[in-house]
Amino acid sequence: MGDTEKAIYSKTTISHRKDLTRSSRFGEFLIEKTIFSIGITAILILGLIFYYLVSTGLNVFATVSISEFFTTTGWFPVSSNAKYGTVPLVVGSLMVTMGAILISVPIGIGSAIYISEVAPAKARTVLKVIIEFLSAVPSVVLGFLGIVVLSNWVRITLSIPTGFTAFTGAILVSLMALPTIISISDDAIAAVPKDYRDASLALGATKWETIRYVLVPAASSGITAAVMLGVGRAIGETMAVLMVTGNAAQIPDTMFTSVRTMTATIAAEMGDTVRNDTHYFALFAIGSMLLFMTTVINTIADYVVTRGKKEGR
Amino acid sequence: MLKITVSDLNLHYEDFHALKNISLNIEDKKVTALIGPSGCGKSTFLRTINRMNDLIDDVKIEGLVMLEDQDIYNKDVDVAALRRRVGMVFQKPNPFPKSIYENVAYGPRRYGIKAKNQLDEIVERSLKKAAIWEEVKDRLNKSALSLSGGQQQRLCIARALAMEPEVLLMDEPTASLDPIATGRIEELISQLKKDYAIIIVTHSMQQAARISDKTAFFLLGEIVETGKTKEVFTTPKDKRTEDYITGRFG
Amino acid sequence: MSKNFKEKFAFTILALITMCVIIPALFIFSYIIYNGIGTISLEFIFSAPRRGMTEGGIFPAIVGTMSLILGTIVFALPLGVGTAIYLVEYAKKNLLTKLISLAILNLAGVPSVVYGLFGLGLFVLLLGFGSSILSGALTLSCLILPIIIKSSEAAIKSVPNIYREASLALGATKWQTIYKVVLPTAMPGIITGAILGIGRAAGETAAILLTVAAFFLPRLPNSIMDQVMVLSYHLYIISSQVPGMPDAIKNGTALVLLGVVGIFFFVATVVRIRYKLANRE
Repeated sequence: MGDTEKAIYSKTTISHRKDLTRSSRFGEFLIEKTIFSIGITAILILGLIFYYLVSTGLNVFATVSISEFFTTTGWFPVSSNAKYGTVPLVVGSLMVTMGAILISVPIGIGSAIYISEVAPAKARTVLKVIIEFLSAVPSVVLGFLGIVVLSNWVRITLSIPTGFTAFTGAILVSLMALPTIISISDDAIAAVPKDYRDASLALGATKWETIRYVLVPAASSGITAAVMLGVGRAIGETMAVLMVTGNAAQIPDTMFTSVRTMTATIAAEMGDTVRNDTHYFALFAIGSMLLFMTTVINTIADYVVTRGKKEGR
Repeated sequence: MLKITVSDLNLHYEDFHALKNISLNIEDKKVTALIGPSGCGKSTFLRTINRMNDLIDDVKIEGLVMLEDQDIYNKDVDVAALRRRVGMVFQKPNPFPKSIYENVAYGPRRYGIKAKNQLDEIVERSLKKAAIWEEVKDRLNKSALSLSGGQQQRLCIARALAMEPEVLLMDEPTASLDPIATGRIEELISQLKKDYAIIIVTHSMQQAARISDKTAFFLLGEIVETGKTKEVFTTPKDKRTEDYITGRFG
Repeated sequence: MSKNFKEKFAFTILALITMCVIIPALFIFSYIIYNGIGTISLEFIFSAPRRGMTEGGIFPAIVGTMSLILGTIVFALPLGVGTAIYLVEYAKKNLLTKLISLAILNLAGVPSVVYGLFGLGLFVLLLGFGSSILSGALTLSCLILPIIIKSSEAAIKSVPNIYREASLALGATKWQTIYKVVLPTAMPGIITGAILGIGRAAGETAAILLTVAAFFLPRLPNSIMDQVMVLSYHLYIISSQVPGMPDAIKNGTALVLLGVVGIFFFVATVVRIRYKLANRE
């Protein structure tokens, strides 16, 4: 009996190492190195994306002149006299993006203010969940609705020959940019210290004056970043745009004609290309242009936020 | 002269009875100190006087708070107008992330004053009253956040004074400041009481003894004792006040 | 009182503006549900398409989507959580860390069609995986990696330092502390992020268009090197590439896709809300 007790007791005793010098902890070392190499995969992936897209895309200039690619307006990659002028595609992307931003910036900032400052607490939760779910709706589903509902509505209301226009695309893309703009602006407004609110109200300002003259200015860098990320989202949007903008590679006169964006061009044409022919390279070059655009926009947005944070406190 | 009369004030926050039957008279051109341990309701009480508690949901207030002859909880009262007459300075200096000038001009601008010369005049007068003019007059367009903590707090006082209030509420205004900056604020308070009714919440009994004329001792949402500061500190009537003042409970 | 009138006016305008988002959003959900619900049946879900997809169900596409997101999470979760651990627990404040953060931020902004090009070039062609579940899953994991990193990072950061200190003070090593104390505490946040990432992957089309999706392939995959049909791509082709598709099939497919994404979203929201409530107690 006594023996067993002793045995159990000795098993649970903690024996201290008297010597406090570091023993080699190989396991810990290995884990640290593994975690480190995982940590840098993000850089690796982004680097690979850049390297792969740009190095592939640059091959297009072996057969197409730089000036043709960037400054001419004919995009006929599969005709016997193939032309690779990307201007109509860039213009198409810009039109859809501009349209989407014109719609989504005022609505997005207004809703963010309403949700974070005006709406009652319970409504706020519901509104937030709806908007988050809107951001989760796949763009192909929005494109589907664009085909079966929105394009008809656009065609009939504006009495134009086709509902597949830059305007239709802009509306759909604005629905996708809105959750981004709203949630980031909302965060920015919520991050304004409560002290500012109290100080303003204690000075006899109304809630609306406090929002307008204190909260929104204090959150301005966050709101600016939200708008920029919204722009980035809009430029990169592919499926919905591919499905509803009509895909005519032309320089449009108005928002109410068909256009073809850079993203839609890649998605629509890549399947028909032959690996390593001019068309294939040209699409990678367009991909590189997109990549540069979004990277610049995102980096500036990040800079605006960091600078805003430094000034804020 | 009485500036504020509070009678039978009760405040409930959800199920919590935060203020119980508070009655207190605040005299004009005097400093009234509210002392008591943390969570005793003194800050909550301070915030009932400019209705800052309105901002919190689920707060129920009963009783009467009169600013001179007006019931401030009457439903016809314009809260913004009330807050212009009752200024407030907070525990942590909270200047807006704007220039020094814009901070002081913020209240007057909301009041509708637009003329540059009028605003200049108000800004200068308020900064002088808050004894910070000499330090900032050459950099009025610099960010208020570039000032030291003590300067920021005096700027906040100037910002409150710009509205030409009658009452000044101060919620532990020196809690986050060093002893030197604290001394300057206390000096300023003694100056300001010539023109305003001042109510100050403080954790420091020495501070209450130094600057106040009247003291009210709060405990668990009630006023235990109130009277002339000298009397409360030297000959407290209630045993609990004595215990608190002599540091016998935490 | 003009001040108060102004305020009322402004708040009314803001409420109306908010409705400009909420009403279309609710319209989208209800339209898809209302029109699609009639198509949903066991047969629609569990049978393969027939007669050039104009009849039958969408089972292969559902299986394809499921196998894709399973593959995606296998790659993306360890990488994402590992990166988050590195950033919060090991990284020093230096240029490298700044670069990693910048890279993550920019990865989040790369258009999905660019991921598609990258996946096509690297995984499908260069590494020779062909158009397959493997290529698609790898591409999608790159795409959702930033989502998983960000949410895991936030979750790990929110673990109070006192827990780490308590564990270290008991003589636990750094990794033991992370593995036994930090990660379990951060788990709900990590899971939420993972589920949101999966939801995103399930609805993604442009990135898989070029790397895995099959136009019409009415059988189930045998290995990760197989091509599959995918719900999102299927909806794209039947609604815009194949003329004369019956509306019922289009509406039903849209509902199933939205439903799959919705389930992930719902689960993530529930986990997050319960976690928030539990934390408040």
